[in-house]
This record gives sequence, structure tokens and C-alpha cells, in this order.
Amino acid sequence: MAFFVARRLLYLLPVLIAVSLLTFSIASLLPGDLAYTILGDQATPENVAALRADMGLDQPIWWRYLSWLGHVLQGDFGRSFRTGQTVLQAVAERLPVSIELMLLAQIGALAIGVPLAIICASRSGGPFDRFMTGTAFGMLSVPTFLSAILLIYLFAVELRWLPATGYVPFTEDPAANLRFMVLPALTLALAEWPGIMRVLRSDMIATLQEDYIALAKAKGLKASRILFVHALKPSSLTLVTITGINIGRLIGGAVIVETIFALPGIGRLLIGAILTRDLIILQGVVLLVGAGFVIMNFIVDLLYAVLDPRIRHGHA
Amino acid sequence: MATLELDVAEEAITQPARKGRKLGVLFWAAIGWLVFVFAVAIFANILPLSSPTDMDMLERRAPFSTEHWLGTDGLGRDELSRLIHGARISLVVGLCAPVIGLVFGGALGMLAGYFRGRFESLVVGSMDVLLAFPPLILALAVTAYLGQSIFNLTLILGLLSVPAFMRVARASTLTLARREFVIAAQALGATHARILLRELLPNVMLPLLAFFLLGVAVIIVVEGSLSFLGLGVPPPISSWGSMIGEGRESLEVAPRLAFLPAAAMFLTVLAFNLVGDTLRALTDPRQGAL
Repeated sequence: MAFFVARRLLYLLPVLIAVSLLTFSIASLLPGDLAYTILGDQATPENVAALRADMGLDQPIWWRYLSWLGHVLQGDFGRSFRTGQTVLQAVAERLPVSIELMLLAQIGALAIGVPLAIICASRSGGPFDRFMTGTAFGMLSVPTFLSAILLIYLFAVELRWLPATGYVPFTEDPAANLRFMVLPALTLALAEWPGIMRVLRSDMIATLQEDYIALAKAKGLKASRILFVHALKPSSLTLVTITGINIGRLIGGAVIVETIFALPGIGRLLIGAILTRDLIILQGVVLLVGAGFVIMNFIVDLLYAVLDPRIRHGHA
Repeated sequence: MATLELDVAEEAITQPARKGRKLGVLFWAAIGWLVFVFAVAIFANILPLSSPTDMDMLERRAPFSTEHWLGTDGLGRDELSRLIHGARISLVVGLCAPVIGLVFGGALGMLAGYFRGRFESLVVGSMDVLLAFPPLILALAVTAYLGQSIFNLTLILGLLSVPAFMRVARASTLTLARREFVIAAQALGATHARILLRELLPNVMLPLLAFFLLGVAVIIVVEGSLSFLGLGVPPPISSWGSMIGEGRESLEVAPRLAFLPAAAMFLTVLAFNLVGDTLRALTDPRQGAL
């Protein structure tokens, strides 16, 4: 296991370096002068040149990359030239919102997807199974922003049960916080459950044909016990895999959902930075999200190896 | 064991006929919808439509009428015309971007799967870096720097689809390169170029094309998401995504302004998914393969 972790870590390092290189080159090589953007249209060429020298923009590109990377490794991601807030402050302020949203969404998706998958697998080919499989396929074609609009229309405009936009921190008022979180989390969960259900269903159908399931049936165990305990357990591996694959989509979905529901999370920080052309924040957030994504995938890989010894030894 | 073998043989005989029937009503309905959307999008300029950008401030959010079949939007622009011109954007971006992925990803994947070795590690490694970013975040960041235009949008989404096509092409090439007909061609002294183009390409093309249709569906959704956020195609060009975004402002008074483009987009994405999934199932012999 230690050998496996070491090997994966060795692979993680070049990917992280490449992520930083890509983030930096997007920000530096593309047209548009940062100094000019900061100073605006009224700036004289002398002003721009002075700021460029001040920010080190007149240095060669490789030197700028190395000095930027050096600062980043010391935890200095730069400071917004609009609000004066550092990237880390801005991210730390908003990260809890995004994490709460994604956790609630994942719990919701599992709560919808897992029971449906189990029921469908136990009656595969039946009318309920065919109906749910069709529904899941249809749901895969519904973009996140579309289900968000539908949910807002239904629950906020027509029924007036839940607020359409707004946010209260969990620490201030947990009940109000959850009320604001229901629709955003449900939107994301609606996009995630079909994938979970489809994969888990086909996995369970295969599992239910195993000999030990027949043995459990012969022993006279209750159907629910066989389904939820004996059959679901070996499928946990599949669930971890899908969760890993879904993280990227979940982050993308969170950006859209946060914007629609006006949640002060990382996604809105990013969109705001793009709209105000706050390049330092943009660069920092993209780097942090990219690195976070790589590390999460790394953890999923490790978890996968813990659950399935074959992967550790390179047989799978 | 004898009975088991008999069963398998019987399966093999009945399989093609059943597959032919399995295409079903839904498949043809999806094809029909796609043909319809393509037709109106191509002939948008010939059709007797009002301009999609002409505003009429006296006729804002007008209901359905003989003059404006689907009413007008918040700025008095003809909704039907905007829907049809929006279809053009979705289809142009949705088709062109995966073509970039198909050509470059397909070529890289075939070369990597055929030549193996260092080249393969390099290709797979660099694709892993592209995949290291959540795709929507990368698309957002790059459009922010490059500026919003249909060309930039297509280019970025195309680039983002390269890794997925590369994986499909490489996986098919890896298995095909070990097959008898390829070994026979090698034994006959065929050049690498000939084996790649004449032996492998026709076989890799089928799964790639099925994947292409699924890719179109994904790209239409991503383009819609970006336009919805106001970061996709620049106004006043109409796109389904931006129309839904604009319609969201008047959800209380005129929900149809959001729901009409939403329905058009959902049906189109669903149709591409249906056709792509059916073709994938036909070209992929593995049952329930993802």
C-alpha cells in the first residue's frame, strides 16, 4: 500500500506543476495587458510602463512564472486590485458555502439514486425498472440551469414555499440556511442521480446473479436484507468511482447554481472576477480549483485502492 | 455445457434482427426532430421570419398572435425568429467543436494506440493535464481572457473535447491493433500509414462517430450554460442559453420566455443522446459498457 501511495504521489507532482503552468500561461500569454486593465482607458503610456515595472511584467516570462510559483508555494496568491482582498481570504470566505452545497447535493443524489437503483435491479426488466431507466436517461439531457429554472418557477414563483435567491450563514441561523440551500442542492442532485442510478443498477444486476446471493436466498434471508446488505456492499466500489468521476461536473454545476441562486460561493467569486476582469482573483481561483480537483481525484484513487486490493497490485 | 453453447449460437442468430427492431419509434422520432431543427436552422434566412434583433418597445412580451406566432420577448423581439436563429448558434457550436475533438483527438488516439511507447505516455499524460481542470471552469477562464465570440467559444470547447475523443480512439485502436487483419497487413509489408488509414480508421470511425453525437449533446449543454451566464455568445445574437437567461428575469410574468427555448434545447439534447446512445450500443459489443 505504501508503495502504491508513493507511486501515485510521484505522478501527482508533475500534474500539479502542469496545472500551475497551464493556469499561468492562460493568464499571461493571451492578449490583454494586466497593467492596462488595472489602470483603465485614461492611463498614459508612462503610467502603464511604471506599473508594469512595479508588477514585474517587464521581466521575461519564465522568470515571472518562477517568481509567481514561489509566491504561491509560500501561500501568497496575490491580492485583488479591485477589492484589496487577498485571494486566500476571498476563497476562505466562500469555500464553506460551496462545500456545503456540494455535500448536500451529493447526499441528495445518493438518497434518490441508490434506493431507485436497488428497486430497479431487484425487478430488472419490469415496468418500474423500464420507466425509471427511461426517466434517468431523459434527466441526463436536462442541463443544470434548466432544472434550476423549473424548480424556481415551481417552488418559488408558483407555490411560494421556498426563497428563490439569498443566503444566510449556517452559524447564524441553521434553519434559514437550510431553507436557502434546499433548491440549489436539489438542482445539483437532480443532475447527479441519473448517473448514480444507471451505474449502480447495472452493477447490482450483475451482483444479484452471484452464487452467494443464491445461497443467502436459500438460507431464507429476507429480500430487503439481501438487497441492502449483501448486494449493496460490493457495489460501494462503484459508488466511489462515480463520485470521483462526478466531482468535476459537480464543481461546474456549482458555479452555475451559485450564480442562479445568488449563493456567495467560489463559483460566484469566479464569475464575478471574470465580469470585472479581476485577473489576479481569476488566476488564483482557477489554480486553487484545479489543484483541489487533482488532489480530490488522488484521494478517490487511494480510496479505490483501499477498497479493491487488485488495483494496488496492478492486476485490474 | 452442450445446452449452453446452443443457447449462445441461437443468440447470435437472432441478435441482428432484434437490433434492427430495437431502433424503435423513439429513435426515429429523435431523427425526425433533428432533421426538423437542422432544416429550420439552415433555411432561417429564407423563411418568412421577422428579424431576431429588431426591437419593438410597444410590443414587449406580447402574447401569441398571427403576427408573432410565439409572441415577443422582453425587448419586443420576435420569439420564434430568435428561437430559430438560436438553433443556428447551438448547432454551429455544437457540431464544429466536437469536429475539432474528433479530428485531433481521433488522430492522437489512433497514433498513441498504434505506436505505443513514449509517444503514448506523452499523449496520455498531456491529456490528463487538460482533464485536471473541471471543464466548465477552464472554458470560463479561457473565454474570459480571449473575449467572447462564437469562434473563440467553438475553439475552446473543441479543445476541451479532445481528451475524451483521444481516449475512445486509443481504446479501440489498442484492441483492433491485435486483430488478425492488422497482423496480416503487417505481414504483407503494408506501411504504417496504410495500416492506420485503410485497416484501422474504418473500424475506429464507428465508435468515434457514435461518441461524436453524444459529444454534440454535451457541447450544446456547455454552450448553453456559458451563454446562460452571459459569458457565451455576445448579445444581441440569440442563443438558446442566453434566451433562457433573459427569460429568467420575467419568470413571474411570462414564464414561456424561459420555457420555450428550454424545451427546444431539452428536445435537441435528448435527441442527440438517444441517437448517439443507440449507435453506441450497436457498435459496442460489450453489454452495458459505459
